[in-house]
Amino acid sequence: MLEVNSLTKRFSGLVAVDQASLSVAKGSITGLIGPNGAGKTTLFAMVAGFLNPDGGSVRYDGRDITQLAPHVRARAGIARTFQIVQPFEGLNVQENIAVGAYLHTADANEAMRQAAEIARRVGLGADLAKASSDLTVAGRKRLEVARALATKPKLLLLDEVLAGLNPSEIRDVLPLVRDIRDQGVTILMIEHIMQAVMNLCDKVYVLSQGRMIAEGEPRAVCEDPHVIEAYLGHGAAERLRAEQAHA
Amino acid sequence: MYSPQIVVEALLNGLMLGAIYALIALGLTLIYGVLHIVNFAHGALLTVAMFMVWLACARYGLDPYLAILFVAPVMFALGYVLQRFIIGPASHGKDNGILLVTLGLSIIIENALLAAFQSDTRTITTDYSFRVVELGPLLLSFPRVIGFGVTIATTLLLWLVLHQTDIGKAIRAVAKEKLGASLVGISVPHVYAMTFAIGCACLAVAAGLLMPSFYVSPKTGAAFVLVAFTIVVLGGMGSIPGALIGGLLIGVVEAASSLFLGDSLGQIGIFLIFIVTLLVRPTGLFGARA
Amino acid sequence: MTRPRLTTLAIIVVALAVVPFLGLSGALLNLMIFMMIIALAAQGWNILGGYAGLSSFGHAAFFGAGAYAMAVLQTRFGVNAWIALVIGIALGALVGAFIGFLSFRSGLKGSYFALITLAFAEVARILANSWNFTGGAAGILLKLQTGLPYLQFADRRYFLLVALGFVAIGLVVSWWLEHSRFGAYLVALRENEQAAQALGVDVFAVKMKAIAISGALTAAAGCLYAQNYLFIDANVAFGSWISIEALFAAIVGGSGTVLGPLLGAIVLLGLGDLTKSVSGGIPGMDLLVFGIILVLSVAFSPNGLVMLMKSLGLRAPAKAKEA
Ligand SMILES: Nc1ncnc2c1ncn2[C@@H]1O[C@H](COP(=O)(O)OP(=O)(O)OP(=O)(O)O)[C@@H](O)[C@H]1O
Ligand SMILES: [Mg+2]
Repeated sequence: MLEVNSLTKRFSGLVAVDQASLSVAKGSITGLIGPNGAGKTTLFAMVAGFLNPDGGSVRYDGRDITQLAPHVRARAGIARTFQIVQPFEGLNVQENIAVGAYLHTADANEAMRQAAEIARRVGLGADLAKASSDLTVAGRKRLEVARALATKPKLLLLDEVLAGLNPSEIRDVLPLVRDIRDQGVTILMIEHIMQAVMNLCDKVYVLSQGRMIAEGEPRAVCEDPHVIEAYLGHGAAERLRAEQAHA
Repeated sequence: MYSPQIVVEALLNGLMLGAIYALIALGLTLIYGVLHIVNFAHGALLTVAMFMVWLACARYGLDPYLAILFVAPVMFALGYVLQRFIIGPASHGKDNGILLVTLGLSIIIENALLAAFQSDTRTITTDYSFRVVELGPLLLSFPRVIGFGVTIATTLLLWLVLHQTDIGKAIRAVAKEKLGASLVGISVPHVYAMTFAIGCACLAVAAGLLMPSFYVSPKTGAAFVLVAFTIVVLGGMGSIPGALIGGLLIGVVEAASSLFLGDSLGQIGIFLIFIVTLLVRPTGLFGARA
Repeated sequence: MTRPRLTTLAIIVVALAVVPFLGLSGALLNLMIFMMIIALAAQGWNILGGYAGLSSFGHAAFFGAGAYAMAVLQTRFGVNAWIALVIGIALGALVGAFIGFLSFRSGLKGSYFALITLAFAEVARILANSWNFTGGAAGILLKLQTGLPYLQFADRRYFLLVALGFVAIGLVVSWWLEHSRFGAYLVALRENEQAAQALGVDVFAVKMKAIAISGALTAAAGCLYAQNYLFIDANVAFGSWISIEALFAAIVGGSGTVLGPLLGAIVLLGLGDLTKSVSGGIPGMDLLVFGIILVLSVAFSPNGLVMLMKSLGLRAPAKAKEA
């Protein structure tokens, strides 16, 4: 469904993403993990069309979309959420979601109806008339997801939708993500919370300092010494193994 | 066609008028660089300063250059009060709010002056208003030569203030990292107001330099406002050397285009530069990338 | 959000239409006509500055395009007034598209957009002032010919009705914005351009449509101005006064609301007229008052009079519009 081939992005000297490749199978939940500043969000931005890559290509549904504008990609079925939530502050929850729904209908009543329905699905059913600025952190994350869902995407890019939520909120959102996939939406998600990654993902990619350093089953990837070192620093894998041997 | 001497003279005089433009733009770009706001009232504040200089000369018989010494502190105080107690609080820190509040202020000032002084243009004559300086075969306007010199001196002074004094360092700290500066105990509203005040004091100097060879009416500043913005955008919003070079450049362009196109069409050259710069290179010739 | 019903709008328009027939003095009638012209210009400004959040400081460019089209077409080419009106409005949309194409392609917004629109209007003013075709600095005098085909009326109440008709169109356009996808997209890009793009909004195309509609409405105001006063010059048609009054009326009344521009125009010009008569001929007093009102309204009622009245009046519980 999605093929990312050696994407590269430089920010004046800093190589934020360095020839990273990944592929997402249709109907899967694929994870993208990596330490802070690894370049995950930058990679997402290139997939969704918000940043122009300095090299490499993005293929979606069999065609090259590297040069397409973000709104064209959205119309082709790619929706993203923002790590730093970006609600339309002046609009209430229902109106926020309706902006997404308008992608497939020009009718205002229909868009508002769909928005209400999606709000219920993500658990915002009681907050339809709330100003988006009055939502809690968890509420805003749900709103991000709801707006993206309203565009009826085929591929959903979720950027840390669980960050900042407490454990019980996370437990509420996990089934939602799985439910979205079960409705036929392919998902690529950035996540720091390993419990969620283990729980949800069919396949995981690990990005570190812009490079893709590992891929595979979640469990296997987590035991990969390269990955442990990327997260915990040089020599960490050695120490961990030694500790486990002692235990 | 004009003789080369006339053209060179016109361009040199333009260059020196450009220096005064640069001084006006200097305050604007400083305010933008630190407060990140477009001060739409800058032109109207220039008019205020020019009226003060005019009053000092016409009523109290002061020399316009000497008047700068009195007008600058008054403008400084006015700038401080305006930013600290009106622009800052009224705009709620929103860009659009600032744009509208400063626009509102410019209209208030312009029309208050109109109510007080009517729309007549006023001039002051000094015995050097029309004196010329001979530079080899070239004749240069004396007030403009003075203007050029004082502008360079003021720019250097500003640079020293920004780099050598405590308030200058605070200003640069706030410009770079507002949050960080406030965390180490710098009062951001105070620094904002001081910056605005310095920008207004620059206007007082510009007013003193302009008056011997120019006139003032309540609308005078409005004519300068787009010129000043052009310079600021051309030089890169927030860049002080950019404002200096941009000002000189615009002075020359204006001189050339009014020489060849006539006075009224000559203004168009400036606006077109403004439009093209905004469209093609909004960071200006010297500005860092936004 | 405040969303008046169509019936409310109809009642307001009918009430305004009845007023002149209740025996208004000539001066008040003239003031009312002027209010409608400014209201229309402000409605145009509001589409772009209010709903789309792109504050223009140069709506004079559109106003002047309409005014000059009206004057030049009639005096130089003998075009019928109504046809000139239509062409003037179209020209306003075209000028909007031109300025929009250049500015939006370069991604200008905020203060940059405000400044560039101002510069465009100034260029237009200087050109109109020095070009013989547009009458140069002397301006253009339109011929006095009363009768419906000439869009001039011996009884000026009928001209007021025409102006009011346009304001009604402006109200309906704004009302439609608040009930349509296009309007939702405008507000979305005002609030967050990136998020709008992520949801499939073609930001450039939406802005282009907005500036064209905005230009057309304000140009219509310019057309009516020329036809009402029968004289224009560059400073009247392209002068910054009209950019400022359009913006003031919309913001003071309530930017991004249906009734804001109309309310703002009536209140501002009413107060301005009052100030003029109280201050007795001191120049600039009305504009001084405008400036103070603008600063006060940004400071204390950033959402305009419409919202102020709403929050002072019955505070209806917000309810979601579920279908
Ligand atoms: N617009 C930008 N300009 C300059 N540098 C940037 C820009 N955006 C990101 N960076 C830098 O690129 C690197 C990668 O950032 P990115 O946000 O993609 O990381 P991330 O993996 O999403 O991190 P996190 O887990 O903290 O969200 C960082 O060093 C960041 O500072
Ligand atoms: Mg990130």
